[in-house]
Amino acid sequence: MKNKEVGMTLIVKTITRLTVGLILLYGIYIVLHGHLSPGGGFAGGVIIALSFIHLMLAFGRETALKKLSQAQASVLESLGAIMFLTIALLGLLGGYFFFNFFLHKGKPFALFSAGIIPLCNIAICLKVGAGLFAIFAALVLFKGLDEEK
Amino acid sequence: MEIRLLLLFMIFAAAVAVEIEDLLSSVIAVGAVGLGLSLVFLILKAPDLAITQLVVEILCLIILIRATLKKDLPLIKDGRWLFNTVSTLVFIVSFLIFGYFALKELPRFGTPIMRVAGEYIEQGLPKTGAANIVASIILDFRGYDTLGEATILFTAVMGVLAVIRKVGRINEE
Repeated sequence: MKNKEVGMTLIVKTITRLTVGLILLYGIYIVLHGHLSPGGGFAGGVIIALSFIHLMLAFGRETALKKLSQAQASVLESLGAIMFLTIALLGLLGGYFFFNFFLHKGKPFALFSAGIIPLCNIAICLKVGAGLFAIFAALVLFKGLDEEK
Repeated sequence: MEIRLLLLFMIFAAAVAVEIEDLLSSVIAVGAVGLGLSLVFLILKAPDLAITQLVVEILCLIILIRATLKKDLPLIKDGRWLFNTVSTLVFIVSFLIFGYFALKELPRFGTPIMRVAGEYIEQGLPKTGAANIVASIILDFRGYDTLGEATILFTAVMGVLAVIRKVGRINEE
């Protein structure tokens, strides 16, 4: 006999398998087009975190933590913070903090334009997404510890 | 007009969230307030804020339902209903009087008193090259503010992970 079924029912699992990739892709689109269309690093990061949380709600916490463990999420979050601070400090090369140090800023409305702004968006996305997922994973693990007693 | 209707709906949902007995219904009413706020942002032509409000609201709902709903909440029910009602009424009346005098002094909606905003709107595209003016402001002109916000979130995550981490919990047995 298999051990106890984790997560929700078969219907929820099938729908989740179909939609979770689309949600992740939409989050990445929001982040990468943050300087062209509404959205940006914060909203895109939360959407990416929500896709992992979706996985955790449907399939139980083991499946989601196998894809992205809590330690990995902490490392990614710190990496995002350091990346954002590094971009800000690199501006000192051009004169001041947060200097937009790309001399040729590209054509407006192109994907590769606006200098440091897409890089900052990616850094904030890493920070926000990994940080919120780490908080949720910590809360769920904390609750699980209480239930085991 | 739509904004007034949405505001009335949000006030009603907030009152329901405070007054209702069941915890799950209360959490769902709080979610209704957040979704109404997202629609208000969309009507006021702030789609960035609307997207952020929507996704953060969904995340908060999931966290509230999934991670904290099963905890027991002690409900305070003492017999001092007269004192409670009188103090609530006094606070509401003083808030309304203060708001009447304070809101008259505010500038009209859409005419900011900070002149630096006009400079940002004019120089946003030529100076940064970003088509989305919100991104050019929060990540270039006002990068310091975004750095502070990132620091706040980093500190919050560190605090949560330090308080409820798995290793180092005291074994109660």
